[in-house]
Amino acid sequence: MGISASMLSRIPVFGSPVLPGHDMSPVDVALKKRMADVVLNAARSKGATYTDVRIGRYLNQFVVTRENKVENIVDTQSYGMGIRVIANGCWGFAATDKLDNDSIAKAAELAVAIAKENARIQTDPVQLVPQKGHGEVSWKTPIERNAFEVPMKEKTDLLLSVNDAAMKGGANYVNSILFLVNEQKYFASTDGSYIDQDIHRIWPLFAVTKIDSKTGKFETRQSLSAPRGMGYEYMTPRESDKIKSVTTLYKDRYDMLEDARAAATQADQKLKAKSVEAGKYDLVLDPSHLWLTIHESVGHPTELDRVLGYEANFAGTSFLTLDKWESKKFNFGSKNVNIVADKTQVGSLGAVGYDDEGVEAKKWDIIKDGILVNYQAIRDQAHIIGLKESQGCCYSQSWQDVQFQRMPNISLQPGKVPMGVNDMIKNVEKGIYIIGDSSFSIDQQRYNFQFSGQLYYEIKNGKIVGMLNDVAYQSNTQEFWNSCAAVCDANDYRLGGSFFDGKGQPTQSSAVSHGSSTALFKGVNVINTARKI
Amino acid sequence: MAILTEDECRAILKKALGYSKADECEINFGGSDSGNIRYARNTVSTSGSLSQTSMVISSAFGKKLGVVTTNEYDDASVEKAVRLSEELAQLAPENPEFVSFLGPQTYSPQSKTFVPETAAITPALRTDMVGKSLDTAKENKLIAAGFLQNSAGFSSMMNSHGLFAYNTSTDVNFSVTLRSEDGTGSGYSTKGYNDVSKLDTLAFTKIAAQKATGSKGAKAIEPGKYTVILEPAAGIVLLEQLYGGLDARSADEGRSFLSKPGGKTKLGEKMVDERVNIYSDPSHPDLPTGSWAGDGQPQVKRSWIEKGVVKNFTYSRYWAQKQGIKPIPNPDGIIMEGGNATLEELIKGTEKGILVTRLWYIRPVDPQTLLFTGLTRDGTFYIENGQIKFPIKNLRFNESPVIMLNNLDALGKAERTVSGESGQNALIPPMRIRDFTFTSLSDAV
Repeated sequence: MGISASMLSRIPVFGSPVLPGHDMSPVDVALKKRMADVVLNAARSKGATYTDVRIGRYLNQFVVTRENKVENIVDTQSYGMGIRVIANGCWGFAATDKLDNDSIAKAAELAVAIAKENARIQTDPVQLVPQKGHGEVSWKTPIERNAFEVPMKEKTDLLLSVNDAAMKGGANYVNSILFLVNEQKYFASTDGSYIDQDIHRIWPLFAVTKIDSKTGKFETRQSLSAPRGMGYEYMTPRESDKIKSVTTLYKDRYDMLEDARAAATQADQKLKAKSVEAGKYDLVLDPSHLWLTIHESVGHPTELDRVLGYEANFAGTSFLTLDKWESKKFNFGSKNVNIVADKTQVGSLGAVGYDDEGVEAKKWDIIKDGILVNYQAIRDQAHIIGLKESQGCCYSQSWQDVQFQRMPNISLQPGKVPMGVNDMIKNVEKGIYIIGDSSFSIDQQRYNFQFSGQLYYEIKNGKIVGMLNDVAYQSNTQEFWNSCAAVCDANDYRLGGSFFDGKGQPTQSSAVSHGSSTALFKGVNVINTARKI
Repeated sequence: MAILTEDECRAILKKALGYSKADECEINFGGSDSGNIRYARNTVSTSGSLSQTSMVISSAFGKKLGVVTTNEYDDASVEKAVRLSEELAQLAPENPEFVSFLGPQTYSPQSKTFVPETAAITPALRTDMVGKSLDTAKENKLIAAGFLQNSAGFSSMMNSHGLFAYNTSTDVNFSVTLRSEDGTGSGYSTKGYNDVSKLDTLAFTKIAAQKATGSKGAKAIEPGKYTVILEPAAGIVLLEQLYGGLDARSADEGRSFLSKPGGKTKLGEKMVDERVNIYSDPSHPDLPTGSWAGDGQPQVKRSWIEKGVVKNFTYSRYWAQKQGIKPIPNPDGIIMEGGNATLEELIKGTEKGILVTRLWYIRPVDPQTLLFTGLTRDGTFYIENGQIKFPIKNLRFNESPVIMLNNLDALGKAERTVSGESGQNALIPPMRIRDFTFTSLSDAV
């Protein structure tokens, strides 16, 4: 489907609250291997021809504040096992949080029973591309400081100081959140893999609200942070990671305090900004905004399960049908558009050692010089596009959900010609510079989309002349990417992303990053969103 | 885990509370068994089964709160969890907005939220129900993708002030999308019930098949303002945005579509057409829901919009205390009164308009006006002189449910539907709306 709406108000809590300071060290690997072997043997004895088992301990921490109050501190832990089998050529899945040998063996039997039952109405048996076993291996997110081990006071002090800065800057209200994730997951399969992984993610967020009491008008400005596959080191500002534009933008380290100060001022400026005149504009899109456009208009339509119809009932299908890929000349975008899928990118949300069916992380081209060259596939789809091995895109949000194809990091590559954002703006006659993400919506085949941002600056004759409001742009994916006239160089490259890419039934969330440098799109249709009720 | 009885829950909770040494303690205890089957490309794809329980223990010392969960119920594990919640409470910062747990409450009798036949659904029955849907697709030379999910669960809570609550529920939800083999037509149908005997997967798949076949060869029309008939599956995704936004605090703080300049709100004011009546009722026979909210507050029949006037906001217990009024919990099921007209009669009475099966990817554009954007999907048809004339290409809208309900033209008969966005069940009528704003065309089928 896409990124969950209203991130601040609808953060889903997976698992169960537990005590901060609860033992966060991973479960003993030898114990997990013994449990996995019980399941692999039990499933085989009931007729499974393939089995994988995931033993997961998923830890989340939320620190939630508003103004001068810590509203909530929640630590959640969810520990259990998901068992996936193939029997009679059909998938079956069962999950349990009762982890004694009898219970997990029964869950394995149930998974096989479900597979056999479903095989009655199946037409094409599951075909897996081969995957060699890795033996006993492990992988960890390369973090410098484990955010779960940072004293709680340090985290609450930071958020309260952020709120204080926003309030002193004139905000009427401010909410801030620190959201931490640690996935401790163990994978074993009948292919001979026993993979132990320890994955960390962090996401600081805030929203500043400013109200004009006379008119009753209100505006918000949300943080320009990115969720990252990093430890608490992301929260330590570093000058070399700042890009000075009309507002300061952040690369691999975030200055939350500085951003909150700017946000309070900008929320006030938004209240006074000129309402945009609808029409065609050249758009200069900052990576803090463009990541979401990439996600929706490139990431989702190149998911092979959507292309094949597996998501037709919910998330939808894709306009990037197999014939377009087979032609090797489908003009997805201009020559400036080079997009890669990458599960290995350091600091990204999608970075892992191995996916949730034991395939090692990879990097490959999706759009090359504007042409569609590949999709995103997992083991039971790879044969359909002639791949001899999976691209490693399988993921489940927890032990209790079945794994399926999820988006890897999908990123626009920087331009090769030296160019910064100021160089880009100099060449724009009538345009809008958009920073930060906001409203987003796209159709079920990924043609027609509409996006908004946090900050809009009007560009006239190569110069920023002021702030705009009520801006949304609408376009068609292929038209939009063909209008890409320039991409700034690698010095401007940054990651954006979300923890909440939703897809599947039952719906699952996945964390994914999208990198880019600032890019220029010519002649895009902008609408005015102001209404009266 | 089997569904625990009220007596079993009471005994477990009483024992757990007995370990508490905090100023006050509250324990929520629930569990569910669920199963699902998913299909696409006219064959089964993934499916699963999940059994889970959890006990959430909240301990408070003054305004300091600690929360811990366990899913192990032997005496030692429960006592350990209670102790951990107390340690956390002592470590936590004081929350000035913490409100002491409720005392004993009186709840209305449980409505028919639990149906034994639904709780007894087996993998074989799920396969049979989906098999009928797949057969219909194949007979009509269409390609099916769908989802069937059932669950049965119990929930209970008890606290040190003497409150106890218990409820059981079952659900079965079904949705299907049928597409033509050439990809030029698509149709959708969805239904959800507490009672599996009401769910006819064959009948609902036939509706989707009719829409899929009928939507082939769609023509483009100019975006603009049109009269639309929103079927319940389309209307609910906009109505629930209004219904879910009735929070008093946001309105009082001046950052809601319900706020007015100078710190005032629209409570008690006419906001939409006078034929709009929206309420919640836990004991409604067609949409039974639980008789208590998660914090123990009773759920009662309550009007939210009556004759177009905003009658009630939701108040958290903290905000209600601050305002000196009674708290009002978030309701569970949205009910909108309808008329007697069938969908066909609404179409017959339409001179020119658009029939919308489903709206999709609904996202907020402006919270000040409750403006949302999204698109039509899986069956959009042009109506002229009371008849469906031809299928049309999908359209993007930018519209506020407040403006939409002001432009209400006619209401049909209310029926159960499921939101494709939130997954929530509702009881709402098809609606005919004037001047619904479409802003661009989509090539998506």
